[in-house]
Amino acid sequence: MKNFYRILSTAIFFLAVFNNTYAAEKAEYLKTNWSFKGLFGKFDRGALQRGYQVYSEVCSSCHSMKYVSYRNLVEKGGPEFSEAQAKAIAASFEVTDGPNSDGEMFTRPGKLSDRFVMPYENVKAAQAANGGAYPPDMSVLVKARGGGANYIYSLLQGYDDPPSGVIMDEGVYYNKYMYGNKIKMSNPLSDGLVEYADGTEATVEQMSKDVTTFLMWTAEPHLEARHKMGFKAIVYLIILTILVYFSMKRIWSRIETEV
Amino acid sequence: MSDHEYTPKSKFGKWFNDRLPLLSLASHLTDYPTPKNLNYWWTFGGILTFCLITQIVTGLTLAMHYIAHADMAFESVEHIMRDVNYGWLIRYIHANGASMFFLAVYIHIFRSLFYGSYKSPREIIWILGIIIYLLMMAAAFMGYVLPWGQMSFWGATVITNLFSAIPLVGEGIVTWLWGGYSVDNPTLTRFFTLHYLIPFLILGLVVLHIWALHVPGNNNPVGIDIKKPSKDTVPFHPYIVIKDGFALLMFMIVFAFFVFYTPNILGHADNYIEANPLVTPAHIVPEWYLLPFYAILRSVPDKLLGVVAMLSAILILAALPWLDTSKIRSAVFRPLYKQFYWILVADVLILGYVGAMPAEGLYLLIARIATAYYFLHFLVILPVLGFKEKTLPVPLSITEPVLGGSPNLATAKYKESSKN
Repeated sequence: MKNFYRILSTAIFFLAVFNNTYAAEKAEYLKTNWSFKGLFGKFDRGALQRGYQVYSEVCSSCHSMKYVSYRNLVEKGGPEFSEAQAKAIAASFEVTDGPNSDGEMFTRPGKLSDRFVMPYENVKAAQAANGGAYPPDMSVLVKARGGGANYIYSLLQGYDDPPSGVIMDEGVYYNKYMYGNKIKMSNPLSDGLVEYADGTEATVEQMSKDVTTFLMWTAEPHLEARHKMGFKAIVYLIILTILVYFSMKRIWSRIETEV
Repeated sequence: MSDHEYTPKSKFGKWFNDRLPLLSLASHLTDYPTPKNLNYWWTFGGILTFCLITQIVTGLTLAMHYIAHADMAFESVEHIMRDVNYGWLIRYIHANGASMFFLAVYIHIFRSLFYGSYKSPREIIWILGIIIYLLMMAAAFMGYVLPWGQMSFWGATVITNLFSAIPLVGEGIVTWLWGGYSVDNPTLTRFFTLHYLIPFLILGLVVLHIWALHVPGNNNPVGIDIKKPSKDTVPFHPYIVIKDGFALLMFMIVFAFFVFYTPNILGHADNYIEANPLVTPAHIVPEWYLLPFYAILRSVPDKLLGVVAMLSAILILAALPWLDTSKIRSAVFRPLYKQFYWILVADVLILGYVGAMPAEGLYLLIARIATAYYFLHFLVILPVLGFKEKTLPVPLSITEPVLGGSPNLATAKYKESSKN
């Protein structure tokens, strides 16, 4: 068994070294107790639904979400809107379809099978409307940033007056958590900006947490299934390992050699 | 190759075996005499076979849904992650499987270094292993390009650009590799083709690697030649099979933890941003398993010499059986080599660490010292050590003395030294 501890400690050492290399470039982000963290982490359904509200009322005017469909809003492990609710959400968007039999493009109300409607036709249009900066697509944004959920959560609350001596250009804002502290997105949130249907008070902190939870789900729509399966798989492997260990001991007992 | 003649019991078996001796092969594999004192560091061969099969099976499944096109690759990966049944599971196993594969191969290589498994008569096994390792690096690098994220694109740009360091023909070679004047769709499609091909080359080499192993048989922690079969050996089945199986399960628990709970920790966040030729990431970092060589590359100020240093760092391993002049295999009986071995391990870990850091200031200095030491170890320390080192007495057999039957290394050593 001694060798196992050696193998294990080597593996842990590797990991520790690895983690340090990436920890070095991270700023101290704000933290909160995420519902989706941990072995049994699940999304807080209320937070996901509120988060969708923040996304659709605030973020979606500039940020696209091109890999997510309206049908995903109904699926298990997501915000789990009722089918009627999701259909109503989809129908509130105009989708360009076609060409029809006359060869013309036409618009129709959105369906569950449609991807989220994009605020701009293309990247160039988005840049033109935002002073040259492209508001990144939000589908996998949480996974595309080093600090993950904590980073997005911090960034949304990181707007501040620039320290004396730092001069900001027109259309550039100071943010404590942004790389280089300069961000082209103006502070998107303010207390009471949205009115939550479930009566939750819409503070900046609350909205940041809700929308980040929502973004975590859009980035990892199968997170709940993954955690559930992972727990079963690991318990199964541990039991099997113990059984195989004792079989091994039994088989090797025929020989005078330790295993 | 076979140690005894095998005759199938059934008539049909005999008929078949005379024409294609598969049953003889199976019998050879089950009876294959294995040293009974192999420790758990020897279980990584089986683990690596498992890793290769896992990568091939998950890779085939992914290839059914992946689209190798610069405009569609990123989206098709998201399609796999979202819409394909258990696509997330298959992709995370494949992505983390690459890291697990390298973790296992590094343990396997360093086990060889410690116990001198590369020495005569196992040089061919060792060289085949180095070729497999090189192919693994090529496969892993090209696989990382396929999702067509920012790190994919810029990693591909940096690595392929290394060839431009070759005098005269360098630029031409790079254009030829790219299939154009920058990393673009033609690069992606050829990388996908090669990424699909290489695992099967590796599989073929693994068969040769195991074949070559079965000629002299396994080395062992004591590092002495043993009689086969004898009291020192056990048949591969069931003894080694169950032991390898047990170690594999332990390995799978670690593997499962990565896949299910931290599937993205070993990757770089930037690879979830779609490739953009107009935006360069702040730091271009290869995957963790290539970092030591990346550090060697960057520690040399000249581009061509840097590439030469990086390649030599790998190829020097192929010459190892002749660079190590000591007749004693196992580091257990080489007190000085043992210390240098651990310094080398630390040196490689340090190289990996500075490889992830920006190449400037103190990091660059450390990288240079560590690179110099790496070559010093293989080119100076090992050849000299073989002549200078006073080795400990080596036991005559694993079960020595014959009557006592004690496998205990300490007693064996004690008895050996008291005889002298």
